[in-house]
Order: sequence, then C-alpha cells, then structure tokens
Amino acid sequence: MGFLDIDNVTKSYGTVEVLHRVDISVGEGEFLVLVGPSGCGKSTLLNMIAGLEEITSGTISINGRVVNDVHPSRRNIAMVFQSYALYPNMTVGQNMTFGLEMHGVPRAERERALKDVAQLLQIGHLLDRKPGQLSGGQRQRVAMGRALVRDPDVFLFDEPLSNLDAKLRVDMRTEIKKLHHRLGRTTVYVTHDQIEALTLSTRIAVMNKGHVQQLGTPREIYDRPANTFVASFMGNPSMNLMPARIVVQGGVPHAQVTLEGASQKLLRLGQPALAAQDGREVILGLRPEAITDEGGADRSAQLVEQVDHVVSVVEPAGADTFASFTVGGRDVVARLRANSQPRVGAQFPFRLNMDKAVVFDPRTEARIGD
Amino acid sequence: MSVATQSTAVRTGRAGRALIVTVLIFFALFYLLPLGVMVINSLKPLPEITGGNMMALPQEPTLEPWRSAWSTAQIGVQATGLKPYFLNSILMVVPAVAISTMLGALNGYVLTKWRFPGHRWVFGLLLFSCFIPFQIVLIPMARLLGLMGLAGSLPGLILVHVVYGIGFSTLYFRNYYAAFPTELVRAAMIDGAGFFRIFWRIMLPVSGPIAVVCIIWQFTNIWNDFLFGVSFAGLDAMPMTVALNNLVQSSTGVREYNVHFAAAILAALPTLIVYIVAGRYFVRGLMAGSVKG
Repeated sequence: MGFLDIDNVTKSYGTVEVLHRVDISVGEGEFLVLVGPSGCGKSTLLNMIAGLEEITSGTISINGRVVNDVHPSRRNIAMVFQSYALYPNMTVGQNMTFGLEMHGVPRAERERALKDVAQLLQIGHLLDRKPGQLSGGQRQRVAMGRALVRDPDVFLFDEPLSNLDAKLRVDMRTEIKKLHHRLGRTTVYVTHDQIEALTLSTRIAVMNKGHVQQLGTPREIYDRPANTFVASFMGNPSMNLMPARIVVQGGVPHAQVTLEGASQKLLRLGQPALAAQDGREVILGLRPEAITDEGGADRSAQLVEQVDHVVSVVEPAGADTFASFTVGGRDVVARLRANSQPRVGAQFPFRLNMDKAVVFDPRTEARIGD
Repeated sequence: MSVATQSTAVRTGRAGRALIVTVLIFFALFYLLPLGVMVINSLKPLPEITGGNMMALPQEPTLEPWRSAWSTAQIGVQATGLKPYFLNSILMVVPAVAISTMLGALNGYVLTKWRFPGHRWVFGLLLFSCFIPFQIVLIPMARLLGLMGLAGSLPGLILVHVVYGIGFSTLYFRNYYAAFPTELVRAAMIDGAGFFRIFWRIMLPVSGPIAVVCIIWQFTNIWNDFLFGVSFAGLDAMPMTVALNNLVQSSTGVREYNVHFAAAILAALPTLIVYIVAGRYFVRGLMAGSVKG
C-alpha cells in the first residue's frame, strides 16, 4: 500500500480502450514522473488522479481513501496546468487564494497562507498584478503558488514547463526539484521530455500506447530498459540498437555483429545467462557514452572491446564530439571526448564498454539475459 | 493590437487619397441625408412643410413638434404623445434584453464546458430558432400566451422576445466560450468552485466584449420590433414602434408631418445612443478571437 495507489486502472472512450490495466503505487513523498510520447495516455492518467476524467475500471486511492467517486475539490490535490490556467480577471493574490476561499477558509488564514507561499516562491511583489501583466516564468511561479497554498496531499503537474523557453525551463526544473526536496510532498508529474523525467523523479513510469512500459528509478530505466521502446525513448542521443547473434565461445556468450565490408566481430557479453542461447538472433543495445575513444573509456569497466571502424559522420557538440559508424546496417553513435579528432572516411579505434550492453529479443522487444 | 491596426493601412499617393476621401464624404452625406431631412422638418412649423419645400431649412425654427410628439399628440383615442409608450418600450426592452443575454450566456457555458450527449443537437435546434420567420409563430404563440394568461400584457411580450432572442444570444456566447480555455474551468473545479460559481466568478468577468455585442443586438431588435408588439401587446403594453405607427397612420385630422418626423427620431433615439456609446465594442467583440494576439 502506497500513499497514492493506482490499482488496475483502465480508461475507455466508448469501445476504445486508451489505458490498459495500469498499476502504480506511489509512496509518500515520492516524485513520480509519467513520461511518454504524445497520445500515450499519461495526461489521461493524471486527469483521472485529479478527478477530471472518469475511471472506467479499477481504483485510485489517495492516503488510504478510494477517490473514484470523490469530486476533484475533495481529493485534497492541487494541479499545475500546462497553460497555467490562471484566472485572467483576478489578481495574482486572488488567483492563489481562490481555492481556499471556495473551501471556506477564513480571510485571515488565507492571507497568512498566501504570505508564506509568496515568500517561498519570491512572488510577493506580484500579488496585485493580473496574470496578463506577468512573464511566462512568473505565471509559472504563480501557478505553482496556487497549488502550494492549498497544502494538498498530492501535487499534480501536467507538462508545466513545456511553454517556457529552453533556458527558463532548466531553471524552473531545478526550482521544482528544490521545492520537492524542501516540502517532501507526493508528486505526480507528466512530461514528454525524458531529461525532465530523469532529473526530477524518484521513480519514472515510461508509457506508450496506453501501457506502462517500465516503472523504476531513473537509474534502472536508463541502465536497464525493459524493452527497446524504453531504451530508445530515454536518453539523448538515444541508445544504439544493433542486430546481433549470440555466439558462445569457451562458455562465454558473445554478441556477433556485422561491420562494414561484411566482416564479423565478436563482442563479449556480461550476461552469463545468455550462454544457453547459442545462435539466437538478438538486438544489442549500447548507449552512445558506452562507445568512446581510447582515453575516454571507463577505467573501471570490466569488458572493453575495441572496434576499428570507418567514421561516417562527425558532429562536434561542444562538451562532446559525436561520431557515427555503421553496424549491421544501422547507424551507431559514439560519444567521444571533445578533443578527440575522428575524421570522416578514416578508421577510428572505438572502445565499447560491454559492461553497459543490454540485449533484447527482436520479436518481443523485451530485455533478455538478466 | 494598435501596431497591427497601423500596419494594415496601405500607403497611397496624394491623388489616390483625395479620391478616397471624396468618395467617403459623398457616401457619408448620402447616408446622412434622410436623417438630415427628418431633423430639418421636425423643426419646422407645419405650413412650411405643406408649402412644398421639404429640403429647405426652417424659416422659423420651433421645438413645438417635438413637444407635441412627446406629450400631446393624438395616438389612438388619447392625446398622450409618445411618452407612455416610450416607457412601455423601456419596461419591455430592459428585462427582455437582460434575461435573454443571461440565458444565452448560461447556454453557451453549458454547451461548451459541460457538454452532455446530444449537445450538438440542442445547439442546432437553438440555431434553428434564429431562422424561423416570425409570421409562422404568431398564431401558436398567441394561443400559448392566452393559455398562460399573459395575452396582451407586458410580461407576455417580454417572454416572446426572450424566447426568440435566446437563439442568437446562445450562438454568440457559445462561439465566444468555445475559445475559452477549458483548463481554467478544470482548475476552478479542483479549487472547489461549483457550476454557478465558475460561471459567475470565472466566465462572466471575461465575457464583456461578447456581452456588449449581444446586448446591442438584442436591444436593437427588440426595441425596433413591430410585429410582436402589434400582435401581442394590447393597449396597455403597446411599445413605441406600434404607437409611432398609430400616430403616423391616423386617418382623421390634419397630417402633422413635422410631429411625425420628431416622433420617428424619438423612437430611433435609444438604439442610436446604444450604438454611439457601445458601437466600438460591437466591432471589437465581433472580431474577438478571429485574429490571434
């Protein structure tokens, strides 16, 4: 039993099921991020927690109370919307205390709560302005303030940063993280931005097509993706996925990949269980940062393979230089140090950290071997 | 907004501009001519009009026709002038406009933010009422008013105008609220505001532009209505338009054209004032939402 329990929840519109048997248990004080491409059902799920969408089957409970039939205002939640949804006719102060007023909180108490939150978010000087007179970042703060004033059990965020410019988005992300650290409130946060998901969350639910693909800590999701969808959705540039075959030599499983010119290369695998799968076709997954130049290789890595290969594209990106080559007909991206100098068309000695390699079944696309 | 307005003006040469201004002045005068004739003749003693020259300026200007039209002209059997009928019209138009605008706003709110199965049908039928020729409904409406005991009374007339005003007022508000972000309503729901609180505190305060459009539209239509007035009003509730007709069409005595002109201007004055005071909001409201920013 968690603090917020989503138990076997489905959502259908008519005969079309858009959410399939979602089971997530969120502990008190956790920061759960629902992440996925648009149309994956993440916002629908959030709206169901908020009570803005009906639950077709299953139950959602908050703090031990089933809230399926409880009105949004009595679930003791607060929500920050993508458009901020500030009431345009009210001042910032009125916006923030509207919820308290509707709940019959006396004026003096409202003023006190408003003062505290305004101080916390440093928006005291904005209280008499109308939302139309605020910048995007200020509106975002006010929207969060409106949620904080309510002192709810659960905070719900619906893509709150997607309307901000890139710089401000990063700043506000840090701010939200700090705020969560300070208040320790249970939070459910919806985003399509995998960086936001990784940086903010204590746990992530990666969703696609109405299914939760994987639920886990950011580290688990990143290092041990449950399937190829999670592997390629999380991380930028996304994980390299190469067709390979298991070859067992001396009892040790290897992934055999095809390099340019049809030459074969055996790469040792760290998953002993795969030794029983000799000859099986698989998909080998390796993140760009696990493919480096010699000096950039992880010194603590156990299994490092060298692959000399012709470079097809070089993309300097400031902190790193990305170089691409082709394995089994697929482009593979390597993350090199900024000062390494691969040349297009020339051979380059890549180092592959096979400790980080993951293996997927090409048919089910699920991770196998560990 | 102001920047956009400026940039829409096209640069023209001096000759082109002179031509445009000349044409505009010509048409402005052309449109003002009837009003000018009415004003001029309403200030003349009757012999000056019957003498023949309608276009001439008054030789001996007088306000007597206005006084007569307002308070002493013979309308029907009594020499009351338009005054009591003007009051009737006010008593009819104010509640009718207020109620139909309010109901239109409420309908628009429900049809956009509290959708129910079949909401499209309801809206379609309401729209249909905008296009019903009123002659068709006269007899059934008369029967209904009779059954309700409202025949020939002011409340009956108000009811008729409200019923036939709801179509347009709903259309206005529905289209305005369709562009209103639903997230605001959801935020208010989470904040604990109910159906009417959201309407009152969130929707209505931002409905100014469309409310002005709706009020002008309803006011003009209801004030100028003759058909419903002459059919349903009876003697006590007779509105201004019907009284004006009775004054002008009276078949006995001398036709006092100067009084008729003054009376016609008096009858048109309220709508004119409404347009002058709120006209710019009318255009603004009609344009609202059509252009981004």
